Amino acid sequence: MNGLTRALRSEGGKGLIMVSPPLVYALLLLAAPLATIVLFSFWTQNFLTIDRTFTLANYAEALSDPLYRELMLRSLRISALVTLVTVVLAFPVAYFISFHVAPEKKSLWLFLITIPFWTSYLIRVFLWRVILAYDGPVNGSLIGLGLIDEPLSFILYNANAVVITLAHAFAPFAILPIFVSLEKIDRSLLEAARDLGESKTMTFLRVTLPLAMPGVLAAILIVSIPTVGDYVTPRLVGGSGGTMIANMIYAQIFDLNDRPMGATLAVLAMAIVALTLIWGIARLRFWLWLAEARGLWVAVGAALAEIVALRLFFLNGPAILGAPATVLSLLALATLGSVLIFWRVPKGRAGI
Amino acid sequence: MKARPLSIFAILYLFVLYAPILLLPIFAFNDGTVIAFPLQGFTTEWFGLLLETPALHEATRNSLVIAVSVAVLATCLGLFAARAATRYRFPAKGGILGFIMLPLVLPEVIVAISLLVVLMQLGLDSGLWSIVLGHTLLCMPFSIAILQGSFSNMDQSLEEAAIDLGETPWSTFRLVTLPLVSPGIIASLLICFTISLDEFIIAFFLSGNAPTLPVYLWGQLRFPARLPMIMALGTILVVLSVVLLVIAETFRRRGLRRAGVKDAGGFL
Repeated sequence: MNGLTRALRSEGGKGLIMVSPPLVYALLLLAAPLATIVLFSFWTQNFLTIDRTFTLANYAEALSDPLYRELMLRSLRISALVTLVTVVLAFPVAYFISFHVAPEKKSLWLFLITIPFWTSYLIRVFLWRVILAYDGPVNGSLIGLGLIDEPLSFILYNANAVVITLAHAFAPFAILPIFVSLEKIDRSLLEAARDLGESKTMTFLRVTLPLAMPGVLAAILIVSIPTVGDYVTPRLVGGSGGTMIANMIYAQIFDLNDRPMGATLAVLAMAIVALTLIWGIARLRFWLWLAEARGLWVAVGAALAEIVALRLFFLNGPAILGAPATVLSLLALATLGSVLIFWRVPKGRAGI
Repeated sequence: MKARPLSIFAILYLFVLYAPILLLPIFAFNDGTVIAFPLQGFTTEWFGLLLETPALHEATRNSLVIAVSVAVLATCLGLFAARAATRYRFPAKGGILGFIMLPLVLPEVIVAISLLVVLMQLGLDSGLWSIVLGHTLLCMPFSIAILQGSFSNMDQSLEEAAIDLGETPWSTFRLVTLPLVSPGIIASLLICFTISLDEFIIAFFLSGNAPTLPVYLWGQLRFPARLPMIMALGTILVVLSVVLLVIAETFRRRGLRRAGVKDAGGFL
């Protein structure tokens, strides 16, 4: 008892007591529910009763049904595109605020950028439907300018519309972390690079960009994970070609009343996003290392070869090996590769 | 503003960012039932219609009850976490705080269905209270981020001085710490209120037969005839959020000035 009171009076003990209310709250309302859906994913449902025998049937079905696979892949593809668009467009803005805006005006710019993010998400998404509509302002002004003869139909009720709308919704999420990492850069390093004879572009590529990479990486994580699971945007602007995995999860739980299947899809979606990101980071480290050691073109070639090989394997694998075996072997290969890379390849200059 | 192309790009970016919000009032005051150009004429009819819709009033009441409870609950929990994060070193600190901040990146659908499955399994009816619990989980990270700023800007020697002068830890907290972080607390309350008022997914999954404002809005989006009214409602919501945010930002800055720190950026 004496030891316990001493432990509780120490700094670590006091800190743990202080953090315990929010921690207990998060354990009860986040960890326990997440554990429950993992458990649910191994059960099955017959009409209204839950069959609690442990089974992998849901996973087998989720991985082999072409519909689920298509939705999963589409969600990943849309999320990857959104992340790319958001980060590429956000970087110049973050750079502008950090390097070209007067210090006392920086917080005003950041405030202006965050305001739209806090206003009703539903209404913002709905208004994109209006903006991109057949007779909406985008088509109207393009026709008015004489750039097109008839309204563009590929910008609404498909995956493109989902990408545009989500990229808009997640813009501040990408700007803030990139801005923070740019602010941290010691300006004298840039002067040193210039003094030593680097051109402006090379200074940017060899000093600023690598030092901003942690922010870019944070932006990638903070945009890609939530966008995979977005429900509202696909429903409002996606049409049938833009449906994503979250819509299927909702349908399983509410319309088909198959909660274990909904849980399985949710668990799979999370696992796949997490693994894809880890693999992506591992690959990126490998390619950057290859570019440093063997030259840029070798790295680009290796990256392209790997992407083509993976794609071929993914497309033709199910016919030869069956769908679950293909997915599982891909999983195993990618994980093995990532472990090898993290183990053998050192962290590069970009901090990846 | 030296780099011309870059500043033009930034201004263009800001314009696109605001495009949907700028369109909203245009359609809210447009005298036509179709949400499209060309515009028909000026009317305030849609705002009047808002007053005559009882279902909307009930949804508003639900949302306000939830948002106020969430703001208070999340800020209280956030105070504990932010204080622990800035004042103490304890085992597994990074892991514990990272876990509490997790809802920031987790897709809301995942949080919503896991809560729903647990409620169904426990045989409980979902209702306003369950939305409050879910929203608090979601708002806690934002509250912690804001309060952490206030706590770390505060000079710790002030607290030590109070203890040395004979105050108890509790009275020190009440008389010294609380007044110094109060701008952060107000900012956190306002931000949590705004997030909860706007949140859709968790409310949608857990609302049962007591819709919140966004859930009601979602239901109305299916009826084209109701859209102008929704635009009017949206305009009011956007104006409300902007006003709340400006107040929150003012308090945050006042807190920074009180602590004598230079402003380094916005929320988060």
